Amino acid sequence: MLRLLAGIGAGVLAALAAVGRVVLFALATLRHMLTPPFYVKEYGQAVINIGYFSLPVVGLTALFTGGALALQIYSGGARFNAEAVVPTIVAIGMVRELGPVLGGLMVAARVASSIAAEIGTMKVTEQIDALVTLSTHPMKYLTVPRVLAATLCVPVLVGVGDIIGIMGGYLVGTSRLGFNSNAYLTNTFDFLEFWDVASGLIKGAVFGFLVALMGCYYGMNSGRGAQGVGRATKAAVVAASVLILASNYILTEVFFSA
Amino acid sequence: MIELSGVKKSFGSNHVLRGVDLNVRRGESMVIIGGSGTGKSITIKCVLGLITPDAGKITVDGQDILNQPRDAFLARFGMLFQGGALFDSLPVWQNVAFRLLRGSLARPKDEAREIAIEKLRRVGLKPDVADRLPAELSGGMQKRVGLARAIAADPEIIFFDEPTTGLDPIMSGVINDLIREIVVEMGATAMTITHDMTSVRAIADKVAMLHDGVIQWTGPIGELDQTDDPYVRQFVGGLAEGPIEAVR
Repeated sequence: MLRLLAGIGAGVLAALAAVGRVVLFALATLRHMLTPPFYVKEYGQAVINIGYFSLPVVGLTALFTGGALALQIYSGGARFNAEAVVPTIVAIGMVRELGPVLGGLMVAARVASSIAAEIGTMKVTEQIDALVTLSTHPMKYLTVPRVLAATLCVPVLVGVGDIIGIMGGYLVGTSRLGFNSNAYLTNTFDFLEFWDVASGLIKGAVFGFLVALMGCYYGMNSGRGAQGVGRATKAAVVAASVLILASNYILTEVFFSA
Repeated sequence: MIELSGVKKSFGSNHVLRGVDLNVRRGESMVIIGGSGTGKSITIKCVLGLITPDAGKITVDGQDILNQPRDAFLARFGMLFQGGALFDSLPVWQNVAFRLLRGSLARPKDEAREIAIEKLRRVGLKPDVADRLPAELSGGMQKRVGLARAIAADPEIIFFDEPTTGLDPIMSGVINDLIREIVVEMGATAMTITHDMTSVRAIADKVAMLHDGVIQWTGPIGELDQTDDPYVRQFVGGLAEGPIEAVR
């Protein structure tokens, strides 16, 4: 019995220590974000890698999700003669929830993995040590540009995803469900409020921060060899995905409860 | 110039350094020898502040390394890493000129590129290598680029971590000669870690043998073959029998 309790205690302590390390890493990232030197070129590169190159995957995800959402709402709404709500629900569903969450998850899959693998490989090949010996702080040179770029780019990706998702719903609604084109667009935008869009974009910024932070954290703490980098990559994607879903609930509670 | 006294470092239950005492004088080329996993790399990483020792003191020019401004302190050092540790995403010249493109030693891009090409030439590489990526180079060329990067900002102290590991004997000879020439030419203080005896004889003024977490023997290169120290005799002779366990 005592051994069981000791085991549980050790597990809880280890989990709390892990959370503490991540929080300290996040605080250090924020601190380095505010103090020079700033590596503008690395930031620009990160914007292209994280933002621009994620556009196709986020766009395709949004397009198919918007289309599927329209079909689902139409078929569900038909049970109580509420087919007309399709444009409104697709728009609200996309901008409030599915745009940021699915966009965030797709970016997590694409970006957290690549950041963790890149930084992890740099660590095992002593490139991080080399940076230090060349008087360059790895947090400032590697972490800050990526985290900042993701925090600023993911909301833009979410915004683009929202538009494409609504367009997916529009295409399905007008071509398969018999909606009039003008009526669909009017219903979409008449009921959409500013806060619906803004809340989704704020979620996107938080998800972007978490995705890049997890990629950098696990990369910097990667174990030795190919196996260590593989583990770091997997852990970064899992942690980023879980944190996106958990923080999505918390943010939704904060933004929309009561 | 560099002095380590009672430096200890453990990783969990693995006590790697158990009290390292070592003194490297200005302009001297010190080579630390010892088997794999005896803490040679940890020792120089402690001097650079990449790893913090659990106990002991490290001073450079009499000043504790922990009390010095990091940027200015590191600007005095150059290091050649075992695997080169070149930045994959940057072309060769930007690797060499890395320190000259940012931070306190930053200078205009054209000037930094010129210096990089000059340093590449110094290590026997042609200017056309400058715009290639490290992945496009052979192991020997990568080592040379690493060496060019280590000397790019004319450091006072240069560390070489296993400079000939993974190279063929001819390329090892070339790198050894380059290191010796550069150290003499620049008047730099050098600390090299290796288990390659050819390197030791080519590079060293003084040799220190690290085993079991402490410096077992230290002396001038000329005394290496005369010493009665059983650890050194076994290591230098490459003998399976002796105080150092063959299976570690």
